[in-house]
Amino acid sequence: MSHDTSRRELLKGAAAVVTLAPGLTLIAAEAGARAPGTAASPANRWGLLIDTTKCDEGCTACVDACKAEMGLGGHDRPLTDAQYIRKVTVTDPKSGHTHSLPVMCQHCANPPCVDVCPTGASMKRADGIVLVDRHICIGCRYCMMACPYKARSFAHEDQSGQKEHNPRGKGCVEACTLCAHRVDAGGQPACVEACAATGNAAMLFGDLNDPSSEIARRVAREATTRIRADLGVDPAVRYQGI
Amino acid sequence: MKKLEYRELTALTPGWLTAVGALGAVILAALGAVWYMEHNGHWVTGMTNQVVWGVPHVFAVFLIVAASGALNVASIGSVFGREPYQPLGRLSALLAIALLAGGLGAIVLDLGRPDRLDVAMTHYNFKSIFAWNVILYNGFFAIVGVYLWTMIDWRMKTYYKPAALGAFTWRLIMTTGTGSIFGFLVAREGYSSAVMAPLFIAMSFAFGLAIFILVLMGLYAASGRKVSSDLIRMKGRLLGLFCAANLYFVAVQHLTALYWAERTGIETFILFGGNIYTFLFWCVQVLLGALLPMALVYQKATTRGMVRMASILVILGGLAQVYVIIIGGQAYPLTLFPGMEVSSAFMDGQVAAYAPSLPEVVLGLGGIAIAVLVTVVGATFLRILPSSLAHGDEAEVEVLEAATHIDAEPAPAE
Repeated sequence: MSHDTSRRELLKGAAAVVTLAPGLTLIAAEAGARAPGTAASPANRWGLLIDTTKCDEGCTACVDACKAEMGLGGHDRPLTDAQYIRKVTVTDPKSGHTHSLPVMCQHCANPPCVDVCPTGASMKRADGIVLVDRHICIGCRYCMMACPYKARSFAHEDQSGQKEHNPRGKGCVEACTLCAHRVDAGGQPACVEACAATGNAAMLFGDLNDPSSEIARRVAREATTRIRADLGVDPAVRYQGI
Repeated sequence: MKKLEYRELTALTPGWLTAVGALGAVILAALGAVWYMEHNGHWVTGMTNQVVWGVPHVFAVFLIVAASGALNVASIGSVFGREPYQPLGRLSALLAIALLAGGLGAIVLDLGRPDRLDVAMTHYNFKSIFAWNVILYNGFFAIVGVYLWTMIDWRMKTYYKPAALGAFTWRLIMTTGTGSIFGFLVAREGYSSAVMAPLFIAMSFAFGLAIFILVLMGLYAASGRKVSSDLIRMKGRLLGLFCAANLYFVAVQHLTALYWAERTGIETFILFGGNIYTFLFWCVQVLLGALLPMALVYQKATTRGMVRMASILVILGGLAQVYVIIIGGQAYPLTLFPGMEVSSAFMDGQVAAYAPSLPEVVLGLGGIAIAVLVTVVGATFLRILPSSLAHGDEAEVEVLEAATHIDAEPAPAE
């Protein structure tokens, strides 16, 4: 996703807000947005393609954007503060080659977190986005034990500065939602937008099930891999350069 | 064998009041710890996003595993028809229920949202081994409760054998479920293995019997009743056998993992890392918790004291074993990129530090207190304990002692 494309999306979104009369605006759904009341569709498989050769080790734009978007203020306690996305530096001990990449919930097709959740709070939407239903999460943390990607956090204390689209409750488990609130409105995840804004454009978001989408075309054309593909959990996040 | 008579513990004696009062105080302290942890959130504990299950889980899993093992004494008497064990069946079943209650108490109160227990009881994801365990634990209470009833109420005698067989089968499945909580974790190198289920069953045999022996000796000493030394020695030798079984499965667990190149990292970390887990594994779990008890109980002249000491050591070793499994397995970092070195602001690639906080330990001790309290109260209101477990020469001595006692003062009212 290029910087220009991102701006174009933004402008398209702005144009969708129609002023009907002074004080009365109609926010029309973006192209690709899901109409309210419509269920997520198994026809979609939202995913990411991350080109690690474009990912700058010192850059944390995706992490910062996620914190701002999801209201992850934190308490300056690195061991217990939530992180939905993190930058991991990977070094080959044989060659010394180092590269950096963002890791977040991989939105697996066969998610171990969903398998192990006793109440069904960990769940996968029809379009592949893996979420936690905070109404029935009992805080057992078994999903955190099961996740191969260390993608989940436990809300260790009261949270402030919460966002309407990401209510956070002390005692519940949480993780990247692939910005489902944005995706449902026809947008893309905050991390992807922020990455594009830096000019690196290492992250591409789209529908892996739509053969005409850029992500599906690139995945069909170029070599990609998935973290711990050997586990067979079929993540929706693909990487290049690892 | 003389006709057995079961008698309740006498309530409200100074000793009884002291014991119940002390146990109640520990439980109250545990509830205070829970309030502190839940009010502030789990950040005040030693638990983090890296070590998500801490010491409350160690106590809870230990007690839940021991619960199933405590039932063995009853099963040996009923399912396998060994007569010397039959008088102890009631205590065995009561203790099994009590230990499970204590274990579940600790684990439930460590949930992020313990107030949502009703959700756990009404929403089931049947693919989750945790959900299965909710059913297995509740079922254990029910089936062992019925089994205990058939042992106490002669009108239920018809159902004694089926209940015994049902409870025995259920406890094996239940502990398979507990072991599989860990065995099914595909991504954790310290856990994912089918051996976790039989390992947990072997652990349950040893832990459950060790607790049973201590409770039996404790209750009989406190209530001035006799227990035959032969009986204690026999139980001690059985404990030694269970320790050997546990060691066997531990060996299989680690040898299998050592053979896989990808698990060399975690095995080196646990077995040879020179850290707390290495110490707990070799010194406490293996040496103090298994080899030394075996040496004690297989002496030609094993005394009661030696069996008591062996039981205490097995319990300490058991707690160390569960600590190494649960905490050690989480402390070692997840492997996202095999063969690579990793680092991040989220502690990727780092061994996680964990130090249990006081409230966590108090909650765990609260679980033990619940188990002991349920046992004492149960044995006070139900006819659980035979009035004497002496036999042979000791029984004669006991009769003589009783006669002297009767000569000296009027018999106490029953």
